Amino acid sequence: MDAFQQFLKTFFDWRAMGEVIPQMLTVGLPNTLLLAIISGVLGCILGLVLAVMGISRNGVARWIARVYTDILRGLPAILVILVIGIGLGPTFRMLTGSTSPFPLGILALTLMAGAYIGEIFRSGIQSVHTGQLEAARALGFSYGSAMFLVVIPQGIRRVLPALVNQLISLIKDSSLIYVLGLLASQREIFRIGNDAMSNSGNLSPLVAAGVLYLILTIPLTHLVNFIDNRLRIGKPVKKEPDDVAAVVGKGV
Amino acid sequence: MTEMTSGTLTGRNLHLSFGHNHVLRGIDLHVPQGTTASVIGPSGSGKSTLLRVMNRLIEPDQGDILLDGRSVLADNPDELRRRIGMVFQQFNLFPHKTVVENVSLALHKLRRMPKDQARAEALEQLDLVGLRHKAQARPADLSGGQMQRVAIARALAMKPEVMFFDEATSALDPELVKGVLALMADLAQSGMTMVVVTHEMGFCRNVSDTVMFMDAGVVVETGSPDQLFTAPQTDRLKRFLSDVL
Repeated sequence: MDAFQQFLKTFFDWRAMGEVIPQMLTVGLPNTLLLAIISGVLGCILGLVLAVMGISRNGVARWIARVYTDILRGLPAILVILVIGIGLGPTFRMLTGSTSPFPLGILALTLMAGAYIGEIFRSGIQSVHTGQLEAARALGFSYGSAMFLVVIPQGIRRVLPALVNQLISLIKDSSLIYVLGLLASQREIFRIGNDAMSNSGNLSPLVAAGVLYLILTIPLTHLVNFIDNRLRIGKPVKKEPDDVAAVVGKGV
Repeated sequence: MTEMTSGTLTGRNLHLSFGHNHVLRGIDLHVPQGTTASVIGPSGSGKSTLLRVMNRLIEPDQGDILLDGRSVLADNPDELRRRIGMVFQQFNLFPHKTVVENVSLALHKLRRMPKDQARAEALEQLDLVGLRHKAQARPADLSGGQMQRVAIARALAMKPEVMFFDEATSALDPELVKGVLALMADLAQSGMTMVVVTHEMGFCRNVSDTVMFMDAGVVVETGSPDQLFTAPQTDRLKRFLSDVL
């Protein structure tokens, strides 16, 4: 019984959790979301640029995208965050006067997310049948317009599930920017839990942080499944008979 | 159906190779304004490639393309393609857009029509192919025949001077073929200049003004449908006709 009591006290000390939860919700949650969403949006923009470069007819552009992606995907997140956050810190301070670690943290997260999202977009765009590009070009669209109006929107739609996975990843990876040193008001969910744990020696605040992460990520995982199913099976629609003949040939 | 002002299409000595594969070996064709030319021949003979070279989806290695007697090789190829409508075997409708958006997209973006006007124009085109009631549907909710009629409406909306059909009925179930062929025949009747790559010998015989028989990248025989179908000159055409008829 003692051992069980000890276990409960270590991980599920409601008082320790109760003390830390208000701060997690008012400070940690907004900061975590800020980091994940901004680097997610910027990562998508960077990813789209990398994807377009990756399928470009220009060999140099393809090469740059390849090398960039290989490097940024191949490095541990914490290493990139440290190198950029600490390495560029002084320069950034001199240029802007800001001491916040957020911009550089977001930059590091964006650079990494961009590499992954670029590959996601590229695979999606390349999966679109070449007939789509051909049809758009036959109408008189330039290569660029045909890509942006017809091919890329279809490609992105197909990889929405993978894209949401990437956002989940960012929510989790945003915790790593604690290594750049955060002021009390800059702490995200993990750091708040971690600080409370350090002070009390009790792990319950970290458990609370974990639960909060799960509250964010599990619905997203289910959203992925939902989108995935919807894309595979399509929205249920009522079929009407063809006015010429029976609905048999759905074509491709 | 469409107001015709021009559209005489000529190809001269067109050559194209993919690596060692010499796909077109000196093709000449002349399609006077308001006439329909059918292109027949076995698979791999270069028929579909010829269409793509004529509208410069693929640039020829050699030869010239003339529209109304003027070479168009120096023009912007995007401009040329706005003057030549094309319909594909696999329809190639844009699945992420509704039927009416498929038709209005180029009007809005390329013809620079305001959205409302492009939409109204698109609805009118859909009316002509009998699918106005499907305007809000997605292509995936249509039958193959309906998809192909939307594809034809999409091409016609640009008011092309010439229409290309690349095996437009080959992917359709047999019972859906008739409707599309009838639409194509109406279009030919209305005075559209058309080049039709097809395996539909009935259509070829009844609708076209000239028939070209291609094999291995050359035009083996060309003439009126009667000439080719009743009195083929070459063994190759005789063999082909006995295979398909």
